[in-house]
Amino acid sequence: MKLIFENSIEGRGCELLPACDVPAVELPIELRRAVKPKLPQLSEIDITRHYTALSKRAHGVNCGFYPLGSCTMKYNPRIDEEIAALEGFTNIHPLAPAHTVAGCEEVLTRCGEALAEITGMDAMSLQPAAGAHGEFTGLLLIKSYHHSRGDKKRTKIIVPDSAHGTNPASAAMCGFTTVSIPSASDGCVDLNALQAALDDEVAGLMLTNPNTVGLFDKQILKITELVHEAGGLVYYDGANLNAIMGVVRPGDMGFDVVHLNLHKTFATPHGGGGPGSGPVGCKSFLAPFLPASSIKTGKDALQVRSFYGNFLVIVKALTYIMTLGAEGVREAAQNAVLNANYLMKQLEGSFEPAFDNICMHEFVLCLERFKHDTGVSALDVAKAMIDEGIHPPTMYFPLIVHEALMLEPTETESKSTLDDAALVLKRLYQRAFDEPESMHSAPHKAPISRPDEVLAARQPVLRYEFSHE
Amino acid sequence: MGSYVPNTPSERKSMLNALGLESYAELYADVPASVLLNRPLNLEPGKSELEVRREMRKIADKNRVFTDILRGAGAYDHYIPAVAKSIPQKEEFLTAYTPYQAEMSQGVLQSIFEYQTMICELTGMAVSNASVYDGASAAAEALAMCRDRKRTVSLISEGVNPDVLAVVKSYCFASNHDLRIIPLKDGKTDLDALKELLSDDVSGVFVQQPNFYGIFEDCEAVSALVHERGAMFVMGCNPIALAIIKTPAECGADIATGEGQPLGLPLAYGGPYLGFMAATAKHMRKLPGRIVGQTVDRDGNTAYVLTLQAREQHIRREKASSNICSNQALCALTAAVYMSAMGERGIRDAAMQSMAKAHYLQERLCSIDGVELKYQAPFFHEFLLKMPRAGEILAELEKAGILGGLPVDDGVLWCVTEKVSRETLDRVEAICREVLA
Amino acid sequence: MLYYAKSHEWVKLNEDETASIGLSDYAQKELGDLVFVNLPMVGDELVAGAVFGDVESVKAVSDVYSPVSGEVTEINEELLDNPALINEAALDAWFVRLNNVESAEGLLTQEEYDAYIASL
Repeated sequence: MKLIFENSIEGRGCELLPACDVPAVELPIELRRAVKPKLPQLSEIDITRHYTALSKRAHGVNCGFYPLGSCTMKYNPRIDEEIAALEGFTNIHPLAPAHTVAGCEEVLTRCGEALAEITGMDAMSLQPAAGAHGEFTGLLLIKSYHHSRGDKKRTKIIVPDSAHGTNPASAAMCGFTTVSIPSASDGCVDLNALQAALDDEVAGLMLTNPNTVGLFDKQILKITELVHEAGGLVYYDGANLNAIMGVVRPGDMGFDVVHLNLHKTFATPHGGGGPGSGPVGCKSFLAPFLPASSIKTGKDALQVRSFYGNFLVIVKALTYIMTLGAEGVREAAQNAVLNANYLMKQLEGSFEPAFDNICMHEFVLCLERFKHDTGVSALDVAKAMIDEGIHPPTMYFPLIVHEALMLEPTETESKSTLDDAALVLKRLYQRAFDEPESMHSAPHKAPISRPDEVLAARQPVLRYEFSHE
Repeated sequence: MGSYVPNTPSERKSMLNALGLESYAELYADVPASVLLNRPLNLEPGKSELEVRREMRKIADKNRVFTDILRGAGAYDHYIPAVAKSIPQKEEFLTAYTPYQAEMSQGVLQSIFEYQTMICELTGMAVSNASVYDGASAAAEALAMCRDRKRTVSLISEGVNPDVLAVVKSYCFASNHDLRIIPLKDGKTDLDALKELLSDDVSGVFVQQPNFYGIFEDCEAVSALVHERGAMFVMGCNPIALAIIKTPAECGADIATGEGQPLGLPLAYGGPYLGFMAATAKHMRKLPGRIVGQTVDRDGNTAYVLTLQAREQHIRREKASSNICSNQALCALTAAVYMSAMGERGIRDAAMQSMAKAHYLQERLCSIDGVELKYQAPFFHEFLLKMPRAGEILAELEKAGILGGLPVDDGVLWCVTEKVSRETLDRVEAICREVLA
Repeated sequence: MLYYAKSHEWVKLNEDETASIGLSDYAQKELGDLVFVNLPMVGDELVAGAVFGDVESVKAVSDVYSPVSGEVTEINEELLDNPALINEAALDAWFVRLNNVESAEGLLTQEEYDAYIASL
């Protein structure tokens, strides 16, 4: 399909602005740009048709099943969009006087309070723009706390080897050295390895519970206790909160800092990569270090982005929480877990789970033996799912499971969707034995076949070149 | 209560039974009993959609929506074409995750590739990433790109937006790097001071164009000084101004960043906005975040993929240059639609009109006794006035539905965009005259 | 003389205490199509057994260790533009040249390395 630049016709455009009603002002010559930017010249219908065509080559959770593990692709309610589009939210300047923005402040306050209650924390900042940004902010709290006590030797952050790559990357951005500890054979924290890694240079431990293999770590109280005994703090990566909200709270498990992903757990859309929102909560002793998320907070606090956060995303999350209420939040978690276990059960006799336990909101399949038997890889299965209209699961993560496919159906999928998806997966399982070649070459019905990623990385073409002029 | 769980109670029961279970509680058998929350969350009961709509509208109505906005300082009230609102609402874009599966995400990937091209055109730079959180974090990420083992100190002009400065400070505190501030002289970055601060361990220098006071910096001179000492120049830019002013490339910048909000994103109490980042080809692999590249599929068709991924956190982990994964993709899409609808002519028009109207208001206000421009220097669409009784003036304007300039230091920082009519500007003058009479 | 490290780099040691270092053919096969290399700077001191650079494939990045200690006198800029050279002829695709080389212990001859990889 053509790029928008290739549709451009010299002289076309949209009439959007009236003529200038004040005298023109000339920009001093030495400040003027020499070359005009080549932006497309299109009428409105050209633009609409172009983006409609692009949208037909994309897939969102509101369009079809999207069991992308650890991303919590639940239905994004339309009411949330309508509310976030209200002029009383969109047309408010972030530096408008305090007495004119009571509604915005109420959104921030109420959303912060609700999230603090759900996580068992005492204070919340809504400023971070995404999950990784929340991690960065949360680790800065830990750093600020140790520094405030004159304890500057705590330079290490412990991260399990099953962790998401952002954990060590965030630690590095905060000047910490990452200590990776191996997981036990059940995918949970190895207490001996943890104990061995703990010393007076450890600033904290980053953990997600349920963990990245979809299991709730039973020893959680022991884990947080050990870290605290060593003088460290415990950080909760909220990527997997959807399994437990309303049932058990990170604050009650002994965590000191959490970050959440509103674009996962609280149903705000991910927009093809963002904007997300990564609020950070903490226990009261860390609250003085928290970034501002409202004009009420002092400006000398830590700041990780401009103004108060991805405000409209927070509006959507509050709308969602208001809709669900106390019972609905718990109902969502319970059904997320039920749906994951149900789907795992329906796959019995085909793909094998990496861990044969009751899972939380997601589960990991291990296709190592399957690949050995059929030559068909986890990647091949994922690509074949595309032809069935299902977005592939998360592949090759966590790193501790080989040929991993991680499925997270979420609570907003119906039993019929799960039954259908299980049939599709079982059919693909069988097809791998019968006609493996067709799996290696999948997808067959998508707009493109598999792209050459080696070529893309070796000879990067990162923009359109206007070569004909 | 509202719910988005589609399954009926009997379906849920049959699913539990299929697992050999009777209750949800059994699903949580691994959770130690002592930490289970044995009470309902302390939240209000759930509500129907109609009730939610009523309540949220009530909250929105507590905000004052101004008819005219003459305040900028990092958030700018430009006209947003209708298509820039409707197209990003398409659910295929809105409700997609990051385009990890290229075959199923060509639409999203191509839209980012087009966005990258437009940012390159606007800045003149060779490569752009797919966006970062906002202009302030873009500045911090860009300064991090400049550092190596030997050069660890960053310089930043005092003339940047205060939020940019605060964020860069936080990032430098985080990574244990020195940040030094280049003072202003007559409202512009002091080049003599810059010269003195440029020691051998300086890695990158950040200057904002136009600066926080709306004034045009001499970026070419900054660039020459910085490069003379072997450091890198990061230029923070207003994207609307870029339609007319010398580009970062023309100024010799190594990295261009900026707050992309003026490109079709609403003020929205500060977010979501859009950080754009572009660089020379030499620094391509140091850019943080997602980047989309063009390639071919197995059948030779043009295809788009996330590329250069080995730079990123999910592969390089603690050695990654940044931890960013989610960015502001939908805001980048909005900006691309905005740039397509406005076109080069439209953005240039918005820039020229904003500048003309700002100068018109400045002249009108400065014709009032006691009101004067604080810095005598060419400016874009913002200017700092020294004016008596500013509080009263702003209060009177507010009564007339006008959000006046922002009280800053000992003056008022005004901003005018193409949205404000001459009639309104004349009214502002009249109100000021009345208060100061 | 050609030697290998167990971390899968080769080193060619010359009599004048200079050396060149690259990645073994076994390693390039295991890593697959390489798309980028990160090299040290001229003047850097490499330490035997320590990381001095890395190689990227599409989905992975792997550290490259120096089999010997010495000072970098030259880096192979051609690899920066064309990392495929490593996949095409690993033994010709040198990463860095060193001088003042101090030989490390535990280097393997071709036969010893072949036996080592056969045991993996």
